[in-house]
Amino acid sequence: MANVPEDLHYSKDHEWVRVDGDIATIGITDYAQNSLGDVVYVEVPKPGDEFAAQESFGSVESVKAVSELFTPVSGAVVEANETLQDEPEKVNQDPYGDAWMIRIRMSHPGEVDSLLTAAEYEDFTKAETD
Amino acid sequence: MSAPAPDLKQTPLNATHRRLGGRMVDFGGWDMPVQYPAGTVEEHVRTRTHAGLFDVSHMGEIDVRGPDAIAFVNCLVSNDASKLIDGQAQYSALTTPEGTVIDDLLVYRVAQDHLLLVVNAGTTDKDWNWIKSHHSGQAVELKNMSADYCQLALQGPDAIRILQPLTNVPLDEIKYYHFCEGNVDGVPAIVSRTGYTGEDGFEVYAAAEKAEQLWNKILDAGNFGADDGILPCGLAARNTLRLEAGMALYGHEIDETTTLLEANLGWICKLNKGDFVGREALARQKEEGVKRRLVGFEMIERGIARDNQDVFVDGQRVGRVTSGSPAPYLKKNIGFVYVPVEHANEGQEIHIDVRGRAVGAQIVRTPFYKRER
Repeated sequence: MANVPEDLHYSKDHEWVRVDGDIATIGITDYAQNSLGDVVYVEVPKPGDEFAAQESFGSVESVKAVSELFTPVSGAVVEANETLQDEPEKVNQDPYGDAWMIRIRMSHPGEVDSLLTAAEYEDFTKAETD
Repeated sequence: MSAPAPDLKQTPLNATHRRLGGRMVDFGGWDMPVQYPAGTVEEHVRTRTHAGLFDVSHMGEIDVRGPDAIAFVNCLVSNDASKLIDGQAQYSALTTPEGTVIDDLLVYRVAQDHLLLVVNAGTTDKDWNWIKSHHSGQAVELKNMSADYCQLALQGPDAIRILQPLTNVPLDEIKYYHFCEGNVDGVPAIVSRTGYTGEDGFEVYAAAEKAEQLWNKILDAGNFGADDGILPCGLAARNTLRLEAGMALYGHEIDETTTLLEANLGWICKLNKGDFVGREALARQKEEGVKRRLVGFEMIERGIARDNQDVFVDGQRVGRVTSGSPAPYLKKNIGFVYVPVEHANEGQEIHIDVRGRAVGAQIVRTPFYKRER
């Protein structure tokens, strides 16, 4: 069973968002890393890059597949997790911790309200699996 | 666990794959495991360092018997089946009149009047119809045995150590691309020293209903521990292993739009063996020289090339990636592409359009990986 921490917000593209003031930390969920398999490559943007909600900000790749990363919230990247370039396997090992991907200064913090709660996301992935 | 889609074909090991936690996908109309819980990277590396077991029962087997067996097959394939001796296998291709590829296959000579053709799963029906359509009066009997056989591929440096205790066939004495009929765990089988991984190993053909027994027995025999034991391997590892080993995959490097010569398979074109379908076209192309050629490349910038991405030389589009993937053992990102011969030299820099980004790569010698002997 995929791990879905209570205190995070989730998108239907399988990203999670941790909110701290107007800073959103974004990564991919346990469910997503598990469906993807061994992650061998992560591409993240540079600090300063700006994205609108739903826009692609990078990619995660396994041996077999490419998965685009979509930011669930709008804003400017304040920090990107460069360590994933050399240690992409962290995405499989610690998707909610070490493998965070970017921190964004949100331009529309209200966007978070439209994201899924942990319980809603769990239902959503169950429906996808069935 | 979800049930397989009803319109997909299954090998006799379908339930076994599901029990082992295989992630099942639609592979050319077959419900097949793409990977097991160990994951593609581990399956790939374990096959290079110890052993991997692959269910390849979806492959097709066509039986050709009769006094004209060799002559009949030799008119349809590019390699010279008349050079085979009993117990020998040969890599070959069914060719169109244009010298392009209907399928690549293995031709096994069981006896002078008995050949077994092992063909790709996705092309079995096409091959069968093509072969049948050339049958008129030759003294041969054709039989599509694809559903009757299971085929297990045991690959890796530990293959012989795992299989020998289970079989009366003296494995050491089977040379590469040769085979022997005998028993495996008491089951009548063909044991062939062939494979699609670049490793030493064996392919075992037996009655479909014995698949599970053989599969379980081989996994048990190779259970040398969590880090050193055999792993069941899915189609993703099978693909990356063959790619590292520089082998063509039908539908990717070769198909009915590529000739054998363009694909660097001139070594299986025996133009002087007598007439065969496509001989004339291949002879002409050999004389004129090919205009494009299949080459291997390695990414030199950060990025992974994927199938069908466009390839550029000096800003000009020259071709598209036929197979592109990370290479788990080499820890590089590699692929194959057809390029015009003037750009087909080792060291040639190319760029691959990876989702809108031009990523640098260079043409390298293949195979990318060659095992130490």
